[in-house]
Amino acid sequence: MTTILEMRGISKSYPGVKALNNVKLRVRSGEIHAICGENGAGKSTLMKVLSGVIPSGSYEGDIIYEGEPRSFARIADSEHAGIIIIHQELALVPLLSIAENMFLGNETANAVGVINWGQAFARTRELLRKVGLREAPTTLITNLGIGKQQLVEIAKALSKKVKLLILDEPTASLNETDSAALLKLLLEFKAQGITAIIISHKLNEIAQIADSITILRDGATVETIDCHAEPISENRIVKAMVGREMSDRYPPRTAKIGEPLFELRDWRVGHPVHPGQDIIKGVNLFVRRGEVVGIAGLMGSGRTELAMSVFGQAYGRNIRGQASLEGKPVDLSSIQRAIRTGLAYVTEDRKALGLVLSQDIKNNITLANLPGVASHGVIDNHQESRVAERYRTMLKIRSFGIHQQTMNLSGGNQQKVVLSKWLFTSPRVLILDEPTRGIDVGAKYEIYAIINDLAAQGKAVIVISSEMPELLGICDRIYVMNEGRFIDEMPVADATQEKIMASIMKQYGVTA
Amino acid sequence: MSQRFRPAYWRTHLRDYGMLGSLLLIMAFFEVATGGVLLDPVNVTNLILQNSYIVVMSLGMLLVIVGGNIDLSVGSIVGFVGAVAATLMVYKKIPYPPVILLSLILGGLIGAAQGYFVAYAKIPSFIVTLAGMLIFRGLTGNLLLGQFVGPFARGFQSISSGFIPDFSNFGLSIAPEGQDQFYWLTMLIGILGAALMVLLGARRRARDTAAEMDIEPIGLFVGKNAIFAILILGITYLLASRKGLPNVLVIMSALVLLYTFVTTRTTIGRRVYAMGGNRLAAELSGVRVQRLTFLTFVNMGALAGMAGLIVAARLNSATPSAGNSFELDVIAACFIGGVSASGGVGKVMGVVIGAFFMGVMNNGMSILGIGIFWQQVVKGIVLLAAVYVDLSQNSKR
Repeated sequence: MTTILEMRGISKSYPGVKALNNVKLRVRSGEIHAICGENGAGKSTLMKVLSGVIPSGSYEGDIIYEGEPRSFARIADSEHAGIIIIHQELALVPLLSIAENMFLGNETANAVGVINWGQAFARTRELLRKVGLREAPTTLITNLGIGKQQLVEIAKALSKKVKLLILDEPTASLNETDSAALLKLLLEFKAQGITAIIISHKLNEIAQIADSITILRDGATVETIDCHAEPISENRIVKAMVGREMSDRYPPRTAKIGEPLFELRDWRVGHPVHPGQDIIKGVNLFVRRGEVVGIAGLMGSGRTELAMSVFGQAYGRNIRGQASLEGKPVDLSSIQRAIRTGLAYVTEDRKALGLVLSQDIKNNITLANLPGVASHGVIDNHQESRVAERYRTMLKIRSFGIHQQTMNLSGGNQQKVVLSKWLFTSPRVLILDEPTRGIDVGAKYEIYAIINDLAAQGKAVIVISSEMPELLGICDRIYVMNEGRFIDEMPVADATQEKIMASIMKQYGVTA
Repeated sequence: MSQRFRPAYWRTHLRDYGMLGSLLLIMAFFEVATGGVLLDPVNVTNLILQNSYIVVMSLGMLLVIVGGNIDLSVGSIVGFVGAVAATLMVYKKIPYPPVILLSLILGGLIGAAQGYFVAYAKIPSFIVTLAGMLIFRGLTGNLLLGQFVGPFARGFQSISSGFIPDFSNFGLSIAPEGQDQFYWLTMLIGILGAALMVLLGARRRARDTAAEMDIEPIGLFVGKNAIFAILILGITYLLASRKGLPNVLVIMSALVLLYTFVTTRTTIGRRVYAMGGNRLAAELSGVRVQRLTFLTFVNMGALAGMAGLIVAARLNSATPSAGNSFELDVIAACFIGGVSASGGVGKVMGVVIGAFFMGVMNNGMSILGIGIFWQQVVKGIVLLAAVYVDLSQNSKR
């Protein structure tokens, strides 16, 4: 088999983070090539480099496609070469029809821009037949299920004369029937000579269809497995995905764990839009004074939804179950009540949900507890400045002072500002959602040290993270979450990445 | 903390000084172009009377826009509240003091109704207040049946056309040459006001220095105070040599001081800015964003009601077209004054300067005899240019 694509020595840095480090990828013509790796391993970044979302010149390394070196400056360039990427979040316009979406930006039009709808419909019907979707071209996207929308995306890719099809987590939001249909379709395409790259967490699916598997970890290629040369073992893939050195990336932790402080019993949360569908399906959780508890799970397992539903019902509707602090039931029905109860929630997305970026460090730190620096609704400027300055020093927020706008801070320092805001509310239970996402290694260590300190002060800390080594490094106990349930619980002494991954994979019917 | 980063200070405050500078510049331009008419005592008094209601409403609009919304209905509320007040006073013979109170409450209720649909029913404010603009303009017409309703009692008129009484000339009865009378009390208030501003500023500066807060460079502090002191003294001198201090200027100044305090020093003010800057983050920090949005509209309605009274008192009648297109002047004043259209950013001093910027342009161009249509063209260009300069400065950093 000939090589259709070779990526050599691809490196890409963002300020403070090396996202890709000398990655190599070789895809043979006509094969299905899977890319595996943990969240943040660099899979999506690599695909952005390939498709021109990250333009040539802003990364190092070479792309050799169909035997020639290529430099794609934008998506249109890579699409012109027959490389089509289908993202995890579908890029269809919901209130337009299938046909309109199919040719959006690529319309079959005459010289003055008048669309030839007859031709467009005919072509749409033909493409829909190819992907096995029996729908009229005039059907609106919004009336299609997610599985069918996925097929429309693929048909759209076919309309662009695809040679290399890239699918990012194509089955993540599909049910089993739809997933099976999609995999079958990929095998048909393979028979027709279309090469595909598939990014997926679902190792069982990869085992079914992949010809080769490239494994990425920490922005580097670990290995490429030829599935025809050796039998695939999920164990081996999992190990390659997670296996890394863990020496002194975490501050030493000596836990002083006290009585149970916060508890959830049979916590259930309905979908915010679809009634009767539960996103969180009966979670039991407890955390003790001085304890750091981790929640592991893949993206979409319901961890953030759980946290937000607990924090003043910021997510979901029809929330049922019992929450208690020190054994006494507590009312968490509004964010104000949750804060008053002693809960703090540090959001996953600090820019969109954590900070007011147009304001300075001082204003952000006091936002959740303005009465703490005011009397009768009038803010004491001096006291406020002292408070902000205290946290700036304590958490080592690197800035020109407390009046620096938060939008000009690095990710790690922004996260420290968010942490300061919540510390100033004197919380007893802290929920930290992906507290170190997008932060460089040094700042991560500082955040871990802060978490350690908080626990040492007798606070209960819940950490949600997609990085399993992080959970193993800082937690005392770990819950494993999948599809809205806690499926496993283990003290950190017994936990390994393989064990966590295995219990998730077990849910998908794979024995690791 | 002894760390002082001057460039950061300049960067964050440059826009304020720039705005003040451009107001002074445009005043100087029209003063020269009109051959000294602009700063003639009669004209200065007029300028203040003409712009007072725009300034009053700009204060409410500032909070609405900073909170992430817009209110297009304020012009119609001005007309409607004026019409209701006129009807009550002229036809129902109700004395003016309770009518003033009722009018403010009516404005607040209209704001509350619109605020409900924006904050709780989650209908975009543009749509809700566009509807309000049509509804209250129509109701004004219905109520007045196309008539002018007036005149009003002297006491009511004096809201706009009155001046604070000059009970003494303090034995200094010698008026400047060519003047009948010089209003010494007005001048005295001006002198006291300027002195108080400098004193309080210096005291706060001393305290902030002691508390090691971020303070402006000393040169800037002196320069700014000097400019403001000269402005206050100059304006009060001009007013004193005409009829004294207009009542409406007293009302306006009190409101400007009050809203400066609310926006910079109170928790509710801070929360409005946080909400406009990042609604989700504010909500997750425990800010009741719905209630706060609602309140910004109630406040806007009450201030529009007050503006309605000022306008009616000035015209000495309620008319079906009173307040027509005021919303555009008010919104323009906010944007010229540096308020961000996406919310979260804006200052009271900015919108006051923005309102007077528009006022000076209106007034200056009218004196120069420039047609009303060309005036609109120029104002449109100035609005666009001001926001363009603002944004391009922002994106540079």
